[in-house]
Amino acid sequence: MPTAAAPYTTVIGLEVHVQLLTHTKLFCGCPTDFGAPPNTQVCPVCLGLPGSLPVLNRRAFELALRAGLALECRIAPFTKWDRKNYFYPDLPKGYQISQFDLPFATDGSLEVVDPRGAFPPRRVGIIRVHLEEDAGKSMHDEAAGTGDSRIDLNRAGTPLVEIVSQPDLRSPQEARAWLTELRLLLVYLGVSDCNMQEGSLRVDANVNLHVPRGDGIAKTPIVEIKNMNSFRSVERALAYEAARQWEEWQETGIEIGKAPKQTRGWDDAAGVTRAQRHKEESSDYRYFPDPDLVPVTVSDADVAAARGAMGEPPTALRRALEARWGISAYDADVIVNQGRDVVAYYETVAGMVGAGKPASNWLQQDVLRTLNDRGGTIAEFPVGPEALADLVGRVARGEFDTARGREIFAGLLTLGRPATPADVGTAVAALGITAVSDDDLVELVRDLLAANPKIVADVKGGKEQAAAGLIGQARKKNPNVNPAKVRETAIALIRGS
Amino acid sequence: MQPCELSSTDIVAAVRRGEVSAERVATAFLDRIARVDGSINAFLAVDREGALATAAAIDRRRRAGEPLGPLAGLPVAVKDVLCTRDLPTTCASKMLAGFRPPYDAEVVARLRRADAVILGKTNMDEFAMGGSNENSAFGAVHNPWDLDRAPGGSSGGSAAAIAADMAPAALGSDTGGSIRQPAGLCGITGLKPTYGRVSRRGLIAFASSLDQVGPMCRSAADCALVMETIAGHDPGDSTALSAPVPAYSQLLEQPLTGLRIGRVADHFGAGLEPEVARGVEEAFAVFKAAGATIHDVELPHARYGVPTYYLVAPCEAASNLARYDGAHYGHRSTVTAGGFDSPLVEMYCRSRAEGFGSEVKRRIMLGTYALSAGYYDAYYARALRVRRLIRQDYLDAFEKVDVIGGPVSATAAFRLGEKTGDPLAMYLVDLYTVATNLAGMAGISFPCGFTRGGLPIGFQLQGPALSEALLLRVADRFQHLTDWHQRRTAALPA
Repeated sequence: MPTAAAPYTTVIGLEVHVQLLTHTKLFCGCPTDFGAPPNTQVCPVCLGLPGSLPVLNRRAFELALRAGLALECRIAPFTKWDRKNYFYPDLPKGYQISQFDLPFATDGSLEVVDPRGAFPPRRVGIIRVHLEEDAGKSMHDEAAGTGDSRIDLNRAGTPLVEIVSQPDLRSPQEARAWLTELRLLLVYLGVSDCNMQEGSLRVDANVNLHVPRGDGIAKTPIVEIKNMNSFRSVERALAYEAARQWEEWQETGIEIGKAPKQTRGWDDAAGVTRAQRHKEESSDYRYFPDPDLVPVTVSDADVAAARGAMGEPPTALRRALEARWGISAYDADVIVNQGRDVVAYYETVAGMVGAGKPASNWLQQDVLRTLNDRGGTIAEFPVGPEALADLVGRVARGEFDTARGREIFAGLLTLGRPATPADVGTAVAALGITAVSDDDLVELVRDLLAANPKIVADVKGGKEQAAAGLIGQARKKNPNVNPAKVRETAIALIRGS
Repeated sequence: MQPCELSSTDIVAAVRRGEVSAERVATAFLDRIARVDGSINAFLAVDREGALATAAAIDRRRRAGEPLGPLAGLPVAVKDVLCTRDLPTTCASKMLAGFRPPYDAEVVARLRRADAVILGKTNMDEFAMGGSNENSAFGAVHNPWDLDRAPGGSSGGSAAAIAADMAPAALGSDTGGSIRQPAGLCGITGLKPTYGRVSRRGLIAFASSLDQVGPMCRSAADCALVMETIAGHDPGDSTALSAPVPAYSQLLEQPLTGLRIGRVADHFGAGLEPEVARGVEEAFAVFKAAGATIHDVELPHARYGVPTYYLVAPCEAASNLARYDGAHYGHRSTVTAGGFDSPLVEMYCRSRAEGFGSEVKRRIMLGTYALSAGYYDAYYARALRVRRLIRQDYLDAFEKVDVIGGPVSATAAFRLGEKTGDPLAMYLVDLYTVATNLAGMAGISFPCGFTRGGLPIGFQLQGPALSEALLLRVADRFQHLTDWHQRRTAALPA
């Protein structure tokens, strides 16, 4: 693992494949649902049967356009389809329809900011974004003992966007953070569900080291790492690979250009990258324009429509939450990272309470923690934003303290149905919570001070925290007293006496 | 009434009026096929049962007074490059032997909806690659005018079926002349529509940017009738044009007065057989007498048509034919191990080596080479530039004339085997036709005379995009002034 003192810079570029959130495939009407029995979501077009012709799914193009715009790319006014020719059993036509020299989006960027400042804000360039169809899946059945391979073409023809970044990332942590931000952006846009387990988001990473020398910078050969199936494994794989390249560099001193680009696979269990078998022939995909598909022209109206459908992206939303509710950058980051539904929940609570900070605290400490433990989505959370707002409002007004609030919150979770503001009122009544008048409080504290001369002496001697010792006793006498007020009143009485 | 001697137009009219049953028409053609196809080999599959069932259903509906489609009772032979639901579709290749598509090509579906009767599938050059129909994996087709001669290709089966009265109408496909050249060599009429005028969905692709389905019949009027049914937009083919389809058969009877016909001097250079030249010149004279004017035009880049075609078409073909790899359907070699490669690569290599014929392999290799890294710019990209120049030539020419006339092929039907040893000589049979496809224009071919040896001579008319109505009209007027298209071969039993 390179440290701050590492004698080299790690240079990382990423290639991200994202499955678009369409109901149907890129060039036919077959559904794209995950997990269907093999070869049940196929038609002559995605099977590549003789005579079949592709027809573009405009919806996929619109979603891709949204992604390109959100990544601040230049949108090509004219874009075409190319065939990438190669033989593989999961590629039914013998070619993949993709975009070669005229991708629909180029020259963009996406910035990642770490709210804790672990690394400086990093704006990562996007070289290109293009659309392509996915291939099918080969399943090699070793267990059956026959060595049979079976092909599932359900995935064939599924729309993907490929996002290729500039090699602007400088550490595995940055790479992970940037991917997290990219994923969040795409989910916010409704462009993809980015589910890595289902293969909706796949990452290849290119990495090498820049080693400063007297006469400039030496660069190690670029390695492409494949089969990483989580952001954590991307970070681990890059860290491993950087360290491995550093060792190799010290041993061999081989520089970029002196060795072919290597492809290595990430073995998550072993925590190592391994060289993959070199292809016998240099890959020559014989790209050429697909004569079955007409080129696509993108009008200003198309771009405007895609822009209109984008909604506020995460970066803008973070700044908006900070400004609207006066919460910290860190808090805004946590809330926004939870997704658009959580942001809406938060804003409802904050709006009804009329304050952002307590709403943020309750959301993060109580709602999100519970959600984390129990699973589920914010939409299914048993305490709706109105109920929570009622509860938080009562605490803010001093009707009872946070601890009592938590008791009520816990009670609402056990109702077995969505809790309403009325339920909060019911819970308050059930717990016998009533406001304690100032006179009653003064009387209660006076009695306690009389019974606790040591505390009185300590406070007089300057140890104000000793007053806290009265809180427990006060609550025993009247559970409705507000601890903070008990403490305040005690100190005031002692000082005043 | 002998149904096999009737034109398509007359058959449809007779069935509609109840003068003859669809079943009797179908039976007559099916019997004719049974009687003479042994010496022609025009059909790869005959669907006797299906054709008779369809015909009987049409007759029932007619008797019940139900509405009938515009082609009710018309038997049609379909080139085996077009997918037919549950009927063998092989492209005359071992690679697809036994393949029965689960769908009809759009044009076949349109024929069925129009109540045509599909007779069967016609022989062709394998994957439509060839100019003589000798590249079929299931044997060559014989020209009905002289059984020792080739019918032309690649739609030679469709052309021969009509010339031998085994079908009144057929579908062909034309990538570089494959409708017009065999029509010319077999003495029938064939229309190559504008690229995109007819849906390619279900047409097994040879070269996607050039392929076009078209009708082949005895006359232009019959072609107009079939064309009305098969033309038109198809949302399942993104290259299909959306322009409305004219009522071609209603637009035939306008005089030729004032028609400007272009004549390209290059079409009459070395290589054109004198007898063919004479026939073509006589046709020009007929048009002139009918009030048309003849003008010299130039297509300066047309001479690069054949080399351009033999880059563009193989490049697309190499890619289009990649799907025939033995993995999913079609031929798979039973020997898949034992070579130098992995079992998977060995399976691909052997399946393709066994499944494809030599002409197909030749073009796959040409295309693969031309698209390879380092050669793309020198070959494919350059061919596309020339293609644009060829197209521009046509656009310029059609500023001056309405149509361009000339020979469809340099010779009348040549002997079987005559050119098979010389691929380059064979490639020149498309000399006069390929440029039309490269430019995406329309063309029609019809008989304009006979050689002294009794072989048909073909005349070609080319027109601008979407000029089908004009081409059909001009050819139809010619056929009202001549009777070449009505001559029948005597080489076969009646």
